[in-house]
Amino acid sequence: MTAQTKSLLPILVAVALLAAVPLVTASNVVLNFLVVALLIALVGQGWNLLGGYGGQYSFGHAAFFGTGAYVVAILQVRYGLNAWPAFALGILAGAAVGGVIGALAFRSGLRGSYFALVTLAFAEVLRIVASVAPVTGAGVGTLIKLDLRWQALQFQSRVPFYYVILVLVALSLVLIHVVERSRFGAWLVAVRENEDAAAALGVDATLVKIGAMTLSAAITAAGGCFYAQYYLFIDAGIAYGPWISIEALLAPIVGGVGTVLGPLLGALVVKSLGEATKLVAGDAPGLDLVIYGSVLVLVVAFAPRGIAGLLTDLLRLRRRTRRAEAPAEAGRA
Amino acid sequence: MLSPAILIPAILNGLMTGAVYALVALGLTLIYGVLHIINFAHGALLTAAMFAAFFANRWLGLDPYVAAVFITPLFFALGYALQRFVIGPAAHGEDRNILLVTLGLAVVIENALLYCFRADTRTIDVPYGFDTVQVGPAFLAVPRVVAFVAVIAVTVVLWLIMRLSDTGKAIRAVAKEKLGAELAGIDVAHVYAVTFGLGTACLAVAACLLIPSYYVNPTAGNAFVLIAFTVVVLGGMGSVAGALIGGLFVGVVESLSGLWLGESLGQIGIFVMFILVLLLRPSGLFGERA
Amino acid sequence: MPEPLLRVDRVAKRFGGLLAVDQASFEAPAGRITALIGPNGAGKTTLFAIIAGFLRPTDGRVVYDGADITGLPPHRLARRGIARTFQIVQPFAGLTVRENIAVGAHLHHASRAEALAAAAAVARAVDLDGQLDKPAAALTVAGRKRLELARALAIEPRLLLLDEVLAGLNPSEVRDMLPVIRAIVARGVTIVMIEHVMQAVMSLAEHVFVLAEGRVIAAGAPREIAADPKVVEAYLGHGAAKRMSGGHGVSAPSPLVGEGRGGGSS
Repeated sequence: MTAQTKSLLPILVAVALLAAVPLVTASNVVLNFLVVALLIALVGQGWNLLGGYGGQYSFGHAAFFGTGAYVVAILQVRYGLNAWPAFALGILAGAAVGGVIGALAFRSGLRGSYFALVTLAFAEVLRIVASVAPVTGAGVGTLIKLDLRWQALQFQSRVPFYYVILVLVALSLVLIHVVERSRFGAWLVAVRENEDAAAALGVDATLVKIGAMTLSAAITAAGGCFYAQYYLFIDAGIAYGPWISIEALLAPIVGGVGTVLGPLLGALVVKSLGEATKLVAGDAPGLDLVIYGSVLVLVVAFAPRGIAGLLTDLLRLRRRTRRAEAPAEAGRA
Repeated sequence: MLSPAILIPAILNGLMTGAVYALVALGLTLIYGVLHIINFAHGALLTAAMFAAFFANRWLGLDPYVAAVFITPLFFALGYALQRFVIGPAAHGEDRNILLVTLGLAVVIENALLYCFRADTRTIDVPYGFDTVQVGPAFLAVPRVVAFVAVIAVTVVLWLIMRLSDTGKAIRAVAKEKLGAELAGIDVAHVYAVTFGLGTACLAVAACLLIPSYYVNPTAGNAFVLIAFTVVVLGGMGSVAGALIGGLFVGVVESLSGLWLGESLGQIGIFVMFILVLLLRPSGLFGERA
Repeated sequence: MPEPLLRVDRVAKRFGGLLAVDQASFEAPAGRITALIGPNGAGKTTLFAIIAGFLRPTDGRVVYDGADITGLPPHRLARRGIARTFQIVQPFAGLTVRENIAVGAHLHHASRAEALAAAAAVARAVDLDGQLDKPAAALTVAGRKRLELARALAIEPRLLLLDEVLAGLNPSEVRDMLPVIRAIVARGVTIVMIEHVMQAVMSLAEHVFVLAEGRVIAAGAPREIAADPKVVEAYLGHGAAKRMSGGHGVSAPSPLVGEGRGGGSS
């Protein structure tokens, strides 16, 4: 097996396992949980490209999520466009917003905290605009008309939704896998590790970062488009609110920044935590985010490379102890 | 529209609002100037302080100005503990981690307040809440005048601490040259924590000054902190003078543009100004080079 | 005389009140090794930073291959064939040696497989091929210096700026690096090196420029420079040259170069 195929295997296994779930259970609870988890995995994968691989931590990914959601909704509700092309346009719109914010931020040389601040600000501006602009329904929000046909990207049962989001997640996994092995990916990681050294090697750091942001925005926007189709209602707080900016970064950080499967792992863990919290302490608003915030601090403090990092450490430990045992065995033999 | 009878009150009101912005910004810029971190938890901490002031009044019957005497040291201790035992250790010194930790703290604090006290907006009643004092053509609300004077006083006190006390000198030493300060025997972790504590103490004072004339809910702090961020970025990260002048300036601009533009556009205006300053001159007008 | 590959023309750099580089001019002929020496703080690294595009000069120009490249950003200069190493080595810590070098190789090889293969070839040229799959953070100082060199070579430069590539190496490591550097020149690459290790400068460089307090105070062949009293004074202080020759009667060996012994790094 070549190195390439070897690493596609985990992705295939994960997707196959997830694809088998509806065949094993018909529980709406499980399916809904997984749909939400996969949605966060998708949004988080977008963040992961820019933050994990590119090292630029955005605190405003809601800007792309919300743009995708609003574009899908508005194009259907106000312009009568079919859901499928609206979905595609939503992704493009999100990517465009990403490109613009990225160009503005990176050409001004913003990095680190300043970059995080400016992304936060942009997301907030969009939220306020969406909460007053008539086209988005202002404070009332936008409701997509119920039309349970596949042509309108709506389904009676959750299962088709589940497969739609699973396909999107699978595509995002493959995309990141491809980027990892491309020149763009190598340059992106180099910029993350040391921008000056990368520049000295011919890497146009600004362009690379803008490119990463645009792609990242597109992936996250796809999540927003899906959200709109799944829930059929969005408003400024849902679309551009801090909750999604936080979940977008929490999943990859918990799962392992800069890894392909990190966001998926992290999303499953984070969402499970959320559900467990609800079971134990009820559905009061705010509690789940308290848990998420605490998890963020704890992961950064004790497991900065996330679950993926812990797993690799564990494997390395086992390999080392096995190697230590082997000479002893050879000696005895 | 431009008559002095309208302009002067607007400007004076702007100055008074700006003073509170300046105090919040002061805490932020102090933390940045010394620890070189942008405290994303500043807003949530202000909200927590406002809740503290609110409940001191509701449950203990304390007037906010009196409560300040107790809440300020309490929040100093809270800030000290947060930096010493949570932020400092968790971040392992890496910039990216500090971002995430302060963000995590912000989320925890804000949502803990939401969980415990729900999203309702509350206000307190104080006997002088609606009193006014006349200055020229303007009738100024007493709580806001008090706030203005208090902020000036706090700034002077802080400046004196920085200039004259041993702690202040240690803080300035660490801000200028951390390694050198360490080699000279200064406990940097302690100084960092003290600075963070001073930053949160500023928030406690600001909260007590705000609560007589303002409302409190789990997101109340954010609006102020956003403006504080704008002030700090405008006046310069790490510059005390910049925070004060910037705060007053932003307060006046907000008041004057409110005359012509109205509320929500004003909010967007501040964000846009914030973004523009970040993009064009992140080190601000008075601040250190980014 | 053929046009030099690099010509630095009266470059000046002011930082606020400090004039770090003061009308410095020098030339580097193609295919040769030119050394830039001088006491600490003389402005050598600042000059390199200007040539490599990391700083804009306050005055003057940099001409490369006949074209004015003053003020062009580093990545554009890299594409034109100028590579530099950093005085404080900057490996991509999270990557292996191979991946580090591949980043450079990617400039001319879009395919990952090709870039990795090219990286292996470059590693062989600098004797790093035994450590290709080690994480860069695990290398010794000597290894990191070689990695720095390898990365720069991977972009297939015509001009290589080496900033104290021998600093921090012990004498035997220095001795091992010299043939590597000579081999690079033998392949047609022009080298301009900042160096404090005098024995290396003496044995490698054909032309030497001496920078002190931002100004070029001497230029010539290594032997001439070593004996130049102005140069001795720049390193050892005012009056040192006189004291040296006065104290010994007959002309003393240059204090900059030990006769037959390694000069040690500063």
